[in-house]
Formats: sequence, structure tokens, C-alpha cells
Amino acid sequence: MSYLAAGLPKPVPAPDGLDSPFWEAASRDVLMLQRCGSCSEFQWGPEWICHRCHSEDVGFEEVRPVGNIYSYERVWHPVHPALKDQGPYIIVLVELPECNNVRLVGNLMGDPEQSVEIGAPVQAFFEHHRDAEPPFTLVQWEKV
Amino acid sequence: MSRTVRGKVAVVGIGETEYYKRGEAPDAEFKLALKAILAACEDAGISPKRVDGFASFSNDRSDPSHLAAALGVDDLRFANMQWGGGGGGGSGAIANAAAAVATGMAECVVVFRALAQGQFGRFGQGPQRDVIAGDGAHTVPFGLMSPAQSFAMKVTRFMHDHGVEQNALRAISLASYHHAQNNPRAVMHGRPLDEEKYDNSRWIVEPFHLFDCCLENDGAAAMVLVSAERAGDFPHKPAYILSALSGSHYRAGASVHNTPDYASSTFKTVVPRLYDMAQVKPADVNVLQCYENFTGGVLMSMVEHQFCDPEGCNEFFVKDNLIAPSGKLPTNTSGGNLAECYMHGLGLNIEAVRQIRGQSTNQVDDVDVALVASGPMVTPVSSSIFGTEATL
Repeated sequence: MSYLAAGLPKPVPAPDGLDSPFWEAASRDVLMLQRCGSCSEFQWGPEWICHRCHSEDVGFEEVRPVGNIYSYERVWHPVHPALKDQGPYIIVLVELPECNNVRLVGNLMGDPEQSVEIGAPVQAFFEHHRDAEPPFTLVQWEKV
Repeated sequence: MSRTVRGKVAVVGIGETEYYKRGEAPDAEFKLALKAILAACEDAGISPKRVDGFASFSNDRSDPSHLAAALGVDDLRFANMQWGGGGGGGSGAIANAAAAVATGMAECVVVFRALAQGQFGRFGQGPQRDVIAGDGAHTVPFGLMSPAQSFAMKVTRFMHDHGVEQNALRAISLASYHHAQNNPRAVMHGRPLDEEKYDNSRWIVEPFHLFDCCLENDGAAAMVLVSAERAGDFPHKPAYILSALSGSHYRAGASVHNTPDYASSTFKTVVPRLYDMAQVKPADVNVLQCYENFTGGVLMSMVEHQFCDPEGCNEFFVKDNLIAPSGKLPTNTSGGNLAECYMHGLGLNIEAVRQIRGQSTNQVDDVDVALVASGPMVTPVSSSIFGTEATL
């Protein structure tokens, strides 16, 4: 199942490898985020050092793929040719309370005209595009 | 108070090209820049050869060395680019130019911005490539790729937190279009907007209707800055810089929408320094130019510049409060980025100078202090305050 029509730019790991573990884990239905090995705090998006203690010992750790809707938007006007016939779609910004409230961007699965409540709990839905070239997985969200 | 630009630098010349719909400028972007600079120099009554510095923002493509060569500048002393995208650097470029003049690095600096989106591509479109890596890989594949889409979620959260209603955004758009009807330079001159037309306009991305979004234009704008000591030698009434600076809050640049203070226009740390340097209070501001990429950013900027309590937005943001000459705080009196021209906001600074001079097409009575807020929700943002000689 794919939330958006095919044809948007496909995500690939950064050439410098900074976010590779995230994409590799997502392909296995696992959410991994960056956590400092020195002060144990999470940060996102991935960075080269911990922004709190400046340690270079930053790695990736599996986390529970659950969070709350921090904000959202319903898009109507397509700004990419692939979405010309898409109709409205919902983007959510999801906050993960178990991970220092880092936030992830994704789509909210289901009716694109559904009402959305800030604060509502959501869980990850791993949207695989195994036949794409290159293959990729999007971490989407659905209401709990 | 030696470490300040307050009162040390003045704008003595302003110039603009004609403003065009995107893609419709008859001139190349570099020529537009030259035409605006020539117009600003003519307004100041100086030879362009005597300009000795250039400052711009948002990765302007008109390189100062090329400009200096094209204009026959005798002695280039200052070539400056304010980092950061969007309109966040509009007042920051003025701050940098003012700092150069105040410290004697240069004598006569031009701040400019030129845009030809027909020549170089549009802002309001998503990336048209096959794959994407880096920060964009965590947003673009979800259909989050335009400026409107990047900022709507901030505005949604702010409106949620403070109970702000859609009509507050509408009032900002109505005021801009109202002012544009008196401004023959405005691209939307002759195209008035009323409540019904706004309400019936299509959604771009909630909470932005079509008329909540800035235009996309071609053109160029420029202003000439000199030291206050020389400011009396020019034909027009000087607009003194009381304050101009830039900045952003803690981790405003955190990627993938992770800045801790998310529902912000990014001005909270800039504004106290702005008013301190200018030695004015919000109540002293006679007229406001507030960068509109989207109306929601205007609303948040005005709250963070302390013109309105966040819980009082629904009462404050009504059209009558925002229009010249009689509103509580006339705002975007040229029509601004929504209805005059999207020149990445430098046109707003020029309008502030016009208000100080008494030359606006929507002139506010007895203007002594004019404030410009540049670039909400990006990082860094910047603001400037201009004053008449009486404020020094």
C-alpha cells in the first residue's frame, strides 16, 4: 500500500552515510534513531556529534515506533507533477515522547479528509517500495 | 553606546525596477540588478562609480565584483552576503551594510536584491529529480517540499496553541490587497480582494488559502547607505537606521522540523536586541512592514515583535487595525509580498524608507519610526527600524 502516487523523489541514504542505519532498519520494519553513547540523549535529524555534550560517540538505537501528532497539514495544491491527480493528502509531524521528543515527518494513513487532532497517539506503518529502483521504505503513521 | 549602529547610518537613495509576474521580466536578472542600483543612485543624486560596497541576501546571483565592473566602481571595499534563505536576510543585509559604514570599512554601500524566476526557476515547486538524500530524504518523499508546506505546520501548531481563527490570517491578506489598490507599482493594483473572494479561494495547504501566499515575481530593488554625517547632503529626507540585526533561537536550524521552539517566527531572541538598540518600544512604531511569505508568518512575527498578545490575535487582526492611514498599526502599506511584489522583502524596507520620507502611496501621518520584520520562520531572520532625524 502506498499513500502517495508514485513518482516523487525516492529517498536514498546520504552519501556520507550519516543516516544509513535509519533506512536499513526501516526496510526491516524497525525504527532506529540516533542516540548519544555518552549522555544517552536522542537527537533527530542525524548529526555528526551530540549537540548536547559534543561527543562523537553517536550511534543508532531501536526505539518503539509510537508517538503523538505534534502538528499536521492537509495539502491541496500539488507542487510536483507526480501529485497532479493525487488530491488532498495529510502530512503529520510526530513527536516521540520516549525519545526526548524528537520529531519525524510522515503521512497519516487513511482518509485524506479525516479530522486530525494535535496530540493524538499514532504508531508507525512501514511502507515498503521493494520494487522501486532503488528500493526504499517510508516510515508512515496511523492512528492507534 | 559606542557598539551600536543607531543613528550612525542613513538610507539616502532607493530604487526599484518595474515589477513583473514571474517569468515576464524583459531583462536578465543581472540587468535588473543594475537598473535598480542605477535608480537608487539617481534617487540619491550620486554617481554609481562612487558606490564602494554591495550587500545582499538569500544567495543573490548578482556578484558584487561583476556589479562593480559593470558600473565602473572606482574602489570596491565591501562585498557581503547574508547567509540563509528566503527573506530572512532582508534587514540582515542592511545591518551588515550599516556595520560596514559605521565602522569605516566603506563609505557608500548598496543593499540590493534581484530575481528573475523565469531565468532561473521557481521557488514554489518541488525538486524534479529521481532520488533525494540528506535532510530532504526525510521530508520530500512525503510530499513536503514547498515553502508553503514547510511553514504551514508551524502556523497550524501556533493557531492550535492560541486559538487563532482563520479570519485573523484573512485580515492580513485583505490589508495588503487594500494597500495595493493605491499603489500603481503593485502587481495586484486593480485586483481588489474582499472577504468573499478570500473565503472562496482554493486551499494551497491548510491553513493557507491562495491569498495567504506571496506572489512570485521578477524585478530588483536597491537602497544606498551612507554615514549619518553625510546624510544631509542628499536630495531626500534621510531615513536613519535606528537598529538592524539578525539571529535565531536555540537550534532554530535543527533539521527535519526538530527545532525545540517550533511554532515560532524565529524572532523571539532578535526582538529584545532590536528594540534595545533602537531605543524604542513597540508602541513607538508608527508603521510596520512585515515579511509575508505567508500570512501566518506575519501573524506570528507581529506577536513576537510584541504588537499583539498571542491570546489576543482574533481581536487584533482585523482589517481596520492594519490599514493606512488610520489603523492601529498600518501594516504592509505598499501591498508587500502578497500584492505589490515578491522581491524577497527588500521592497518592504524600501517602503519603510518611503514612509519615513512621507512618500508612500498609503502614507501614514507623522511617521517617525518604521519597523521592518524580514523573513519569518526561516533562520536566521532579521529586523530593522528606521527613524526620522527627530528620533536621533
